Amino acid sequence: MNQPIRRLFWVVLAMFAALLGATAWWTVVRADELNTQHPEQNARALVRSMEIRRGTIRAADGAVIARSVRRETGFYSRSYPLGELFGHPVGYSFVGRGQSELEAARNQDLMGERSALETTFDQLLGRRQDGYDLYTSLVPRAQRIALDALARTGQSGAAVALDPRTGAIRVMASWPSYDPNSIRSEQALREMNTDERDKPLVNRAVQFGYAPGSTFKVVTAAAAIDSGRFTPRSTVDGDSGQEFSGVPLANDYNQDFGQVDLVTAMVKSVNTAWANVGVAVGKPTMRRYMERFGFGSKPELSDYPRNAMSASVIAPDPPGRPVPATSRYVDLGRLSIGQGGLDATPLQMAQVAAAVANRGRLMKPYLVTRVVDAEGRTVERVRPKVQSRVMKESTAAALRDMMVAVVERGTGTRAAIPGVSVAGKTGTAETAFGDTINNVWFIGFAPADNPRVAVAVTVRGVRGFGGELAAPIAREIMEALLRR
Amino acid sequence: MSARNRELLALIPAALLVSVGFAAVFLSRGDLVGGLGGRNEISDLSITYGGIFLGLCVAAHLVLRLTLRDADPYLFPLAALLACFGLVEIYRIDAALARQQAQWFVIGLLLFSVAIITLRDYRVLERYRYLIVLGGFLLLLLPRFFAPVNGAYLAIRVGSLSLQPAEFAKLAMVIFLASYLRDTRQLLVTAGRRVLGVTIPPLKHFGPMLVIWGTSMALLFFIRDIGSSLMFFGALLAMLYVATSRLSFVVVGLLLFFGGAYVVAGAVPHIADRLDAWQHPFDPQLYQAGTSYQLAQSLFAQADGGVLGRGFGQAVLDISGLVGGECTSTVQCSMLPAPHTDFIYAVIVNELGLTGGALLLCVYLLIVQRGFKIAMLARDSFSKLLAAGLTAVFALQVFVIVGGVTKLIPLTGVTLPFVSYGGSSILANFVLLALLLMVSDRARREAGVGAGRRRKLPGRAG
Repeated sequence: MNQPIRRLFWVVLAMFAALLGATAWWTVVRADELNTQHPEQNARALVRSMEIRRGTIRAADGAVIARSVRRETGFYSRSYPLGELFGHPVGYSFVGRGQSELEAARNQDLMGERSALETTFDQLLGRRQDGYDLYTSLVPRAQRIALDALARTGQSGAAVALDPRTGAIRVMASWPSYDPNSIRSEQALREMNTDERDKPLVNRAVQFGYAPGSTFKVVTAAAAIDSGRFTPRSTVDGDSGQEFSGVPLANDYNQDFGQVDLVTAMVKSVNTAWANVGVAVGKPTMRRYMERFGFGSKPELSDYPRNAMSASVIAPDPPGRPVPATSRYVDLGRLSIGQGGLDATPLQMAQVAAAVANRGRLMKPYLVTRVVDAEGRTVERVRPKVQSRVMKESTAAALRDMMVAVVERGTGTRAAIPGVSVAGKTGTAETAFGDTINNVWFIGFAPADNPRVAVAVTVRGVRGFGGELAAPIAREIMEALLRR
Repeated sequence: MSARNRELLALIPAALLVSVGFAAVFLSRGDLVGGLGGRNEISDLSITYGGIFLGLCVAAHLVLRLTLRDADPYLFPLAALLACFGLVEIYRIDAALARQQAQWFVIGLLLFSVAIITLRDYRVLERYRYLIVLGGFLLLLLPRFFAPVNGAYLAIRVGSLSLQPAEFAKLAMVIFLASYLRDTRQLLVTAGRRVLGVTIPPLKHFGPMLVIWGTSMALLFFIRDIGSSLMFFGALLAMLYVATSRLSFVVVGLLLFFGGAYVVAGAVPHIADRLDAWQHPFDPQLYQAGTSYQLAQSLFAQADGGVLGRGFGQAVLDISGLVGGECTSTVQCSMLPAPHTDFIYAVIVNELGLTGGALLLCVYLLIVQRGFKIAMLARDSFSKLLAAGLTAVFALQVFVIVGGVTKLIPLTGVTLPFVSYGGSSILANFVLLALLLMVSDRARREAGVGAGRRRKLPGRAG
């Protein structure tokens, strides 16, 4: 009877091999699929993510913007000690609510996700996964000033400040704001999502485009001078009421300037003069320079979810959709003064100022300067990168002088800072509600000879001009950033 | 070195495993989803547990030393290894359950010793074979008179105690078959007529076999459990094959089983549901209805473990902390249902990975190998059939539950021997172990493999 017993053992051996094979099938072959493809049935990944201390997000001065706190239940959850201050650039991260903004874009780092090999090593050594901390370039003091100033206008608006030399974002403020701590409540999130009047979750600095108005004349001037078609001394017709695309265009207060040079046209913000410049430069050149500044495509800000940013585009009606500057639908004269369906985000306009400030070189914008692991070792240090070479140094210098003149003796005098040379350009774009309700703008940089800060401010739907309403806010932000 | 000294030495790793295992669980107590809140420190309790465990095992070892000095030296340490592994895993799931399991472990060792001392010659069992098989049937049918658990009539609830009579019935069946086949094996082969190369045994002798087949079908029908029927019928076929060396019996037997199972599955909705869930565990409808919930979660848990596992205490078992302690149903709060019984293998793979699962299967395989070795060494047919039958039913039980949680075969509620929580399982398996050791003692002594000191063979009792 020993032969059948021996065979029986082989059968058992085969059966156990099948058990091992089945275990390997689920633990190795189909493990990835089961772990990731069934979120509604398999909550393990979600639970594990709550076990991990998500990295801390810090401001440039080291202040904590977001941190993970271990609750009584044993799970970590997010807390935002600075409240609404950085709600827009940083966003939120809560289980069941999802993630937004920087929290979403840098999720892998915040979760401390490494390569599969490192993870296996950590498992063998029994090391717990720990999130990486992020150091950002955001400056709480300046952000506070920007947010308070925007709030005082009583309208919605946004402000962006960059270091033109690096592209580091110092301020990204949008009003109305929200407190990311409140997102913990599902009902609060739902209410904010359906608040059509305030839209507090919308980051107006990168998401809503507004007609940039006269601030866009800086772009037109860059194209005109850098292409060699014009010099700052060239003169154009600045009389009010000239026709562009068959429709008369007015200057402010219908003022006639006669033949004006480009410097005067910039200082007095003469609409018809710049419309003439634009028409003379032509659509292909305008398109080329706009693209160099970043118009037409989404910002190259990798620390922010792409789908939460808008490109600054020309969307005339007809055809009611974005078209390139070379399109036959584009009214080149009005485009050249920042109208004609042009929508620009405050980040885009801050980049226009920054490109001029940085001698024609536009730097890639970024929020995160350094990624640090739980032991304090630097995992990644962000190096500034050039986004594009927009114009020659000489062109940038000429534009700088024109913009300094705007603040010294033109429409932007209220942006002047005592003892500091400030360059800037105001903008006042008429809205659908007529010429009394405007979207006002100011873009600028300081100190003009060695710029450390470039800024764009916009306030929507106010009575008044950019020089009166936006310029003082820009001055406050620049002052705060220069004082450091 | 004598067999008993080897056994004593082999117990040390098991005791060490208890200490290390408990230490690991204590360490992971501070972790979040382990399910145990508390301090993150090693308590000297882990060493105490290891000590108590070693003491108990040494006591059982002394019983073996006095009564079965020639018995296989590895079986008991292997079983102890499994038991302590199970104890640590259950402790990690629920400390209170582990205390009960430890009590069952003590009772199991007592029963083990009592069985060995009172039943010095296991062959007396042959005399009571009809009584034993009748008792087995009654045990099997007993749960029918109680409420079903998870749709099957496998367990009885008496107060807080849950008993699984099938665990004891499997022993009764093997003892009966060993005795019955010893008498009839010659007749089954020689008295049969051969038709088309297949031996048809005379109905007179094969009748009881058909009774057993009918019983497993009835079992399937009444108890509504595919796995335990497979276990019983598989053991029957294994013993029949060992007794007759006729593969044709096995083939015909399997055809009969699957044919019968097909018919019964069509008639019993519960079994049809189980088969559906087995085929499509991730189907949203079956999952929502709760039919395939257990299997799907078991597979998710194993996938979560991967090759090396998450580590002791790291499997996500309970998410009550997540939903704020308010659970409206077990489905919401428990990630893996019945982690301490049916799904303990899934928990082990979750925490120790494919590696841990493979090691566990190896330990079982070693026990099976020792069991078949004993069967081959035994001189008389009854001992051979008994050892082979006990080993086969043990191996099949492992196959049925591990195969169930890995979706190899339809899921069934039997325990993982020595590892799962459960009094009946522990007690029955210790009796199974005692029987194997008794067969081994006699076999090795007769074969001269034992201590070398010849003792006078005890005569047949009575």
